[in-house]
Amino acid sequence: MGWAIAVHGGAGDIPLSLPPEKRLPREAGLRRCLDVGIAALKAHNHPLDVVELVVRELENNPHFNAGKGSVLTTSGTVEMEACIMDGKTMKCGAVSGVSTVVNAISLARLVMDKTPHIYLAFDGAEAFAREQGLETVEMSHFITPENIERLKQAQEADRVQLDYTQPIPKEVPKEAAVADGDSQIGTVGCVAVDSEGSLATATSTGGIVNKMVGRIGDTPIIGAGTYANHLCAISATGRGEAIIRGTIARDVAAVMEFKGLSLKEAAAYVIDQVPRGNAGLIAVSSTGEVTMPFNTTGMFRACATEDGYSEIAIWDSPTK
Amino acid sequence: MTGREIKMGGWAIAVHGGAGVDPNLPNERQEEAKRLLTRCLDIGISALRSNLSAIDVVELVVRELETDPLFNSGRGSALTEKGTVEMEASIMDGPKRRCGAVSGLTTVKNPISLARLVMDKTPHSYLGFAGAEEFARKQGVELVDNEYFITEDNVGMLKLAKEANSILFDYRIPTLTTCGGGAAMENQLQMNGLPISLYAPETVGCVVVDKQGHCAAATSTGGLMNKMTGRIGDSPLIGSGTYACDLVAVSCTGEGEAIIRSTLAREVAAVMEYKGLNLHGAVDYVIKTRLDEGKAGLIAVSKNGEVACGFNTTGMFRGCATEDGFLEVGVW
Repeated sequence: MGWAIAVHGGAGDIPLSLPPEKRLPREAGLRRCLDVGIAALKAHNHPLDVVELVVRELENNPHFNAGKGSVLTTSGTVEMEACIMDGKTMKCGAVSGVSTVVNAISLARLVMDKTPHIYLAFDGAEAFAREQGLETVEMSHFITPENIERLKQAQEADRVQLDYTQPIPKEVPKEAAVADGDSQIGTVGCVAVDSEGSLATATSTGGIVNKMVGRIGDTPIIGAGTYANHLCAISATGRGEAIIRGTIARDVAAVMEFKGLSLKEAAAYVIDQVPRGNAGLIAVSSTGEVTMPFNTTGMFRACATEDGYSEIAIWDSPTK
Repeated sequence: MTGREIKMGGWAIAVHGGAGVDPNLPNERQEEAKRLLTRCLDIGISALRSNLSAIDVVELVVRELETDPLFNSGRGSALTEKGTVEMEASIMDGPKRRCGAVSGLTTVKNPISLARLVMDKTPHSYLGFAGAEEFARKQGVELVDNEYFITEDNVGMLKLAKEANSILFDYRIPTLTTCGGGAAMENQLQMNGLPISLYAPETVGCVVVDKQGHCAAATSTGGLMNKMTGRIGDSPLIGSGTYACDLVAVSCTGEGEAIIRSTLAREVAAVMEYKGLNLHGAVDYVIKTRLDEGKAGLIAVSKNGEVACGFNTTGMFRGCATEDGFLEVGVW
C-alpha cells in the first residue's frame, strides 16, 4: 500500500531516432509534472486534486498535445477535450470542443462539481466556463508553429495524422495497424492513488491532427479513454476510435473484477486485445500498484510509488 | 423483467421508448405508446424476414421512432433551457464493433442516420455540434428547421420545469405528480443546476440480432428537459447508452448520468464475456447491482437469438419479438 502516481504524454509511433531537441523538453516536462504530483500526494492532497493539478501542468506545456500545443483541426482551429473521474464516488466530468479555456481539465472538474450533468461541449461548455469565471484566452494562445506545420503536412498528404512527433514519412511504416498508415500519439493524462486507496484519473487532449471539426475522441468518453472506480484508475492514449470501440479504460477494471487479474495482468490483457500500434495506458490500483503498458512504438510516461520507485521512459524499458 | 430464451438461435428484436413512467399516465397515452412500439416492431420484423442485416434494421426502426413525435427523440425531443432542441444518437455494429455517434444536432431530421454516416463515411466515431451539422450538409441528409422538432407538449413541459427550477422527468402529462413504486422523486429548488432530482425523460432505442447471429444497437434522444445547452448524456456514448459486440447488443434509457457512471451497456457485455453469465443473468445482475441510486432500463439481444429487458424504474415503454413467434409490448 502507499500512494502511487503515473503520468503520460501520449502513445504512438515515436521514432527511436527522435532528436534530442524533441525528446529532452518532453522528458523534462514529464519529470516536472511527476514531481508536482508527488509533492501534492506527500502533502496529503486528494488524488482528484492531484490529477487535476498535474494535467493542468501538462496542458500548459506546449510540447504535449493538450492545452497549449494542441494539434489542429482541419480548419486550423483548436478543439480541446478533457475528462476527470473520482474512483470512490464515481463522479465524473467531461468537456469537448473547448477553444478558449486555458485549462480544459479544470472546466471538466467544474462540470462534475457544479452542474447536474457529466458532459458539456462546444458553445455550451464555453458559456459555462465564462459563467464560472475560468481563465479564457484567444484561441491563438494554444496554437504553436509546430502544429501549424503538422497540419500543413497532414493536409498535403491528405490524411488524418495521429503521430505528431515526426513529419509524415514517405513510406507507410509497416508497423502501423491502421488503414491510413498513420501512427498515433497525443493526449496527456494522470492517475493517482493515495495511501487510503482513493483513486482518480484525468485526461486531456487536442485530439488528432487534421481531424474533422466537431470530432470527439476517446478522452471525454467515460469508459473509453478515462475511468476510475474503487479498484483502479486509468487514462488511455492512442487511436481514439480503437479506444472507444474497445472500452479500454473500463475493461481494465472489469477484467480485474470479473477475472480476478492483477492490475498489471489486466492492463496488459486489455492492451493486447487492441490492434498493434493503437493504444497505451497508465493505471494505478487501490493497493498502490502502477502499470504503463502500450502496444505502440513508444509512450511518453513517468511514474512513482511511495516506496521510492520512479521511472521516466519513452520506449520499452528493461524493467516494465 | 421480460424476455425469452431460445436455444436454437434465429433473429430477435427489442425496442424501447424510455424508462421511468408515471403510474398515473392516462390510459390513452399508454395505448398510444403501445401502438407505436408495435408498429416499430412490425417494421423491424418485416425487415428481418427480408434478410436485412441487424445494422440496417436498428437504423430503420429508430428512424421510425425519431419521426413519430410521441417519444423523446427527433421530433418530440425534450427542450434545452433555451427552448431549442439538441439531439444525439449512436449506433454500433457488433461484428467489428464499428460505431458512430452524434451530438448537438439541431436541423438533422434523423440523427440516427447521421450517426450511421459518421460510422460508414468518416475516419472518426463521433461528431458533435457545428461540425456534425456541417457534415450532415455535405452528406446531403434531410435537414429541417429546429422548430420542426418542437412540440406544444414539450413547450408546456419546459415551462413547468423552469417554474419548478429543476430538471424535469418527462412524464408527457401537463401536471407534475409524484410517482409510486420505487421512483423517488424529490422536487428540489436549485441554483445554477445543482443536483438532478428527477429522472431523465424517454429516449428511444432498438437492438437486433439477425439470422446470421450479428448484433447491432441504436439509441437516439433529445436528452433532458431544461438541460444546459451543450449537455451530452449517455445516448451517444459508446459503452454507456449503446453497445454491441459479437455476443450482445444493448440500448439503455433513464438517468443519463447514472448510466454513464456505470457504463451500463458495456457492463452487460462485460459480465457475459468475463463472468460467463447468459443474457438474462447478465441483464438481471447489471440492473440489480450496478446502478446504485440511479434509475434506468435497458433492452438487449444475444447472438443466440435471446432477448431481454430490465429496468429498476416504474415501467419502461418496450416491445420485443423473436423468430419463433414470441411478441410482447409492455409499459409496466
